[in-house]
Amino acid sequence: MKEKKEKVLGSLTDLGTRMYDQINRRQFPWIKMPSRSTNNILYDDKTRQYILGDKNVKRSSRNIRHLRPLTQLVWTASFADELTRQRKTSTLRDVFYSAQAYEMDFVDQPESDNIITDLETVVGFPREDFNIFPEERSAIFGNLTIQYTIPGYEGKKLNLASHPDGMMIGPALTNAEFVDCKANKIIAIEKGALFTRFVEERVHDRFKAILIQTAGQAPRGTRAFIRRLSQELKLPVIIFTDGDPWGMHIAMVIIGGSANAAHLRDLNTPDAKWAGVWATDIVDYKLPSSKLTDLDVKRLYELQKDPRYHGKLWKREIETFLKIRKKAEQEAFSRYGLTYIVDEYLPAKLEAAEDL
Amino acid sequence: MEPVEGPGVYNVRIEDNGLGLPEDVIPSAFGQILFGSKYKLRQTRGTFGLGGKMAILYGQITTHTAVKVISSVKRGKIYEYHLMMDIQKNRPVVLKRKVHKNKNRWHGTILEFSTEADYTHAMSKILDYFKQTATVAPNANLTFVDPRGRLYRYDRATTVMSKPPQETTCHPHGVDVETLKRLIEQTNSKHILDFMKKHFQRVGNTTAKKFLEYAGLNPKKTPKKLSTDEIVQLASAMKSFDQFLPPDASCLSPLGETLLKTGIQKEFNPEFIEVYQRKPAAYSGFPFIIEVGLACGGGIPNTGKPILYRFANKIPLLFDEASDVSYKVVNDQVDWRHYKVYPDTPLAVFVHLCSTKIPYKTVGKEFIADRPEVEREILNAIREVARRLSIFLSKKASHEKQKKRLDVFSKYLPKIALFSAKLAHRKKEPNVGPLLKSVLTYETETEEGSSEGEEGEGSR
Repeated sequence: MKEKKEKVLGSLTDLGTRMYDQINRRQFPWIKMPSRSTNNILYDDKTRQYILGDKNVKRSSRNIRHLRPLTQLVWTASFADELTRQRKTSTLRDVFYSAQAYEMDFVDQPESDNIITDLETVVGFPREDFNIFPEERSAIFGNLTIQYTIPGYEGKKLNLASHPDGMMIGPALTNAEFVDCKANKIIAIEKGALFTRFVEERVHDRFKAILIQTAGQAPRGTRAFIRRLSQELKLPVIIFTDGDPWGMHIAMVIIGGSANAAHLRDLNTPDAKWAGVWATDIVDYKLPSSKLTDLDVKRLYELQKDPRYHGKLWKREIETFLKIRKKAEQEAFSRYGLTYIVDEYLPAKLEAAEDL
Repeated sequence: MEPVEGPGVYNVRIEDNGLGLPEDVIPSAFGQILFGSKYKLRQTRGTFGLGGKMAILYGQITTHTAVKVISSVKRGKIYEYHLMMDIQKNRPVVLKRKVHKNKNRWHGTILEFSTEADYTHAMSKILDYFKQTATVAPNANLTFVDPRGRLYRYDRATTVMSKPPQETTCHPHGVDVETLKRLIEQTNSKHILDFMKKHFQRVGNTTAKKFLEYAGLNPKKTPKKLSTDEIVQLASAMKSFDQFLPPDASCLSPLGETLLKTGIQKEFNPEFIEVYQRKPAAYSGFPFIIEVGLACGGGIPNTGKPILYRFANKIPLLFDEASDVSYKVVNDQVDWRHYKVYPDTPLAVFVHLCSTKIPYKTVGKEFIADRPEVEREILNAIREVARRLSIFLSKKASHEKQKKRLDVFSKYLPKIALFSAKLAHRKKEPNVGPLLKSVLTYETETEEGSSEGEEGEGSR
């Protein structure tokens, strides 16, 4: 973790030094960064994620239209630098308000968010690495002991199975070191209700699993954390979502990343497996289901064209969805009794996931 | 005027410090219609001298009171007349006459009369009239106390006066049968050849001979012996003969560019003024000169289109603007956008026409007919000043743009310097002075549209 911090800080300092020297050389300060326009976002088969192509954009303070965003960028960089050095955290919203103290006029938060994305592109690290976090909502539960590194908690240890509601995946946790792990897999779950059921049914014990609740689309911090868990602890990741195109895509973003984050690396877990709820599960388990809406169908056709969905499993499931025109929620298993999902479905799926 | 509001009887008192009137003409000048001080050909304010008398007559009709006239010429005594008009006989009736001593050598004329009127209704037009009169008479001090007791002062801004008009003879193109008859009656020329040379401007021996040949008249003929038919023949030949020299403009008294500019400046205080006087031109044998002024910004309000001020022989024309030839030119013929004037540009156009005969369209004498010659002159004059205005406006725009640019750079560059120094952990901020200086001196190279594709957020 420490090494990474050094790299992030070094990258920020580089940015400042470059512009500092440009001004001293009587040049209008400028920066170059990869373009994030849609025509420069490519799917990379090797890393199995979206990446940015060769196109670059130059932001030069000589151009009056670039002047403001460039200034905002340097300010944001210096703000991030301070945060990281003082080991304080902040949110996107904080940044928007902090800017006002420096007469950095962001029109609205989307503008400041966009500048933060620019900064990520320029320095090559996600904002979480320079201590700017989104609102957190994901949680983790399992037999993993961590050791804090954040100020005031350094050296303290915590077993993540010590609180049955799970632990929030926030900066304190994502910056912690992993000390001891008794689990042999990670199960990511889309919904809080199922996460709670899994904890109650002691899935972490019975299946030696670390449970993660993504609460819908997993935040980037959570995605990075899942990757770290799987890499540092060498654990397989299995994902359970609702049986609909949106749930399927929640799994996909964990696995293959998003186009929005094409400028960043190390946010995805290419070897993670989506284990359900599949369209074929709806048929095989005769799950209570509802009809696909027009929007669902439209989304399925979009996904069909998406390079990330070219795998066999994905193709089959999309086709099945389109054939049966039905979707089902994770809770649909309750039809067979509250514990059915843990007693029957989960073991079957975990077994199936090994072959994926 | 007495303090009255709305319709009612008003007492009007007018005083000037002009030349005054010789005692013997006072009764006729104010008590007889068509007494006519205007028999010679030169530019004058009115045509027949009816305006003032119509006001007095209207006062008499509505209130049945006399007009009091006090006048004195320099070194003369002061004469006071109380007059009424005998309308049937068109004769002045002197009710009272007084002679005062003139120790202070006052000269000028004072007029007092009562009349029915409606000040509330007329106020804005009266004030317009004053302001516009002051514009084209910047050498005059005008003072007006209105019925509400408010004092309006239009102070002179110069002591220079425009050159007074010289009397001239008629131009043959501008003569009708009646005028011709009158001239023949008055002349003592023995031959028509001599008559032509003597009574018409810019007609010499050669022209006169050529013309009479054209008209089919014997040059030796005595003018007084011409028959009515021959006079008509002569008059129509004068109109159609195309080898007369253009009319002489010395009978005109334009304001001149300096005075017009002074007048506009003092009454409107605009940010920009351009004035332009065209060379003399003529229509139907009457010489005329067009003067225009263009005022922009400052005291000129923004009304969404150019404000038009029209003047004829130094008199403001206040009514029927939309029927006037200038209105047509300003609103239909000039493409203002071409001169960088847009609907939100505060702009006023001043058009002054001076001529020995103003081509009014109606007897109301409020708007000028669209004679092609006059129209062309107005258009050309406005185009000239508009060209100068467009230069001014584009300079101003580029200056403003430059200033705005500098403002933006001055706002952001120091911040980039501050934060980059902070980021680089240097104590001293780099100096952005040279960069700011270069913003001023040259247009930065890549201005609009230089970024290689704006970044849009990719869809997931």
